[in-house]
Amino acid sequence: MAILDILKLPDPRLKTVSEPVERFDDEFRAFVADLEETRQAGPAAVGIAAPQVGRFQRIVIIDLSSRPKTPNHGHLILVNPEIVHWEGYAMGREGCLSVPDYTGNVIRATHIRLKTQDPEGQEHQYDMEGFEARAVQHELDHLDGLLFVDRVVSRRTDLYRRKVYKT
Amino acid sequence: MSDWNMLTLVGADRPGIVAQLTRVLYQLGCNLGEASMIRLGGNFTIMLMVGGERSPDEILEALKPAAEEMGLRLHLDPLRGGLHQHLLPNLQVRVAGADRAGIVAEVTRTLAEQGFNILELESDVAGDRDRPIYIMNIQGYCDATLEAVQGALAPLSESGVSVDVSPVDVMIG
Repeated sequence: MAILDILKLPDPRLKTVSEPVERFDDEFRAFVADLEETRQAGPAAVGIAAPQVGRFQRIVIIDLSSRPKTPNHGHLILVNPEIVHWEGYAMGREGCLSVPDYTGNVIRATHIRLKTQDPEGQEHQYDMEGFEARAVQHELDHLDGLLFVDRVVSRRTDLYRRKVYKT
Repeated sequence: MSDWNMLTLVGADRPGIVAQLTRVLYQLGCNLGEASMIRLGGNFTIMLMVGGERSPDEILEALKPAAEEMGLRLHLDPLRGGLHQHLLPNLQVRVAGADRAGIVAEVTRTLAEQGFNILELESDVAGDRDRPIYIMNIQGYCDATLEAVQGALAPLSESGVSVDVSPVDVMIG
């Protein structure tokens, strides 16, 4: 187990598009354990994506288990995740381990359907909403080389004139 | 980079003001920190943290020609504090209602009594000249519960002003 270094803006590697995971082996599982340890070592982050520690594979950890009042699926390790359906949109404030000391408003879908594999390679599907849906969209952006600062809007932005984006 | 000044400029709005001012400051060797620019009542307004080795007099002197040419009022204050002092809000208060004197004073007095620290406030007057609507958004930090703040603001709702308190949930990922 090890705490890994977090890549921080303006590190150009954060723009890398990550590759799918193909081998679900011991090395992969050891990395996931390190990624989890890294997430827990930092400021209260509900999620972390592999490219944030310089491993450009489609792996994300989400953990909202400490928020009983927020609809969520608890601790999830998402491998090769894909959002297959978006609905609604809302503005919310986000921050990021890769962008210390900054928060900004981002428009995200309020409801998503997520297809993903787990660390054993099994396929799952989740319907997510609100805070959890926001966290997943934020982390999946990392897999495509996007940061929330690429999506920040002004608080005065008229939500209703904007369409929800699709990645 | 320990010394910051707060530069305030106000005047008639037109394209290019920020570009001209920041070029002067750059040529003077100044650094810029946090800034907030917005149009208020059709006017250009900016507050801008300016840092570096230059004295306030040197900064004012350098900006004077551009400010005069563009008809901007200029103000510079030495600033205590500096960068990386952000506080995160945990509550948002949205206020809307028929415009009348005293809405801001009433809402913010109630918030102050709850120990609410306003971090951001923006307000606007919408509607039309005959029936103006006052709209205000406040974000801030408060140790009191959302229900307590809501309860304290409830009398305002009864007076015809819509007041909504909601949590600000910052997602760190």
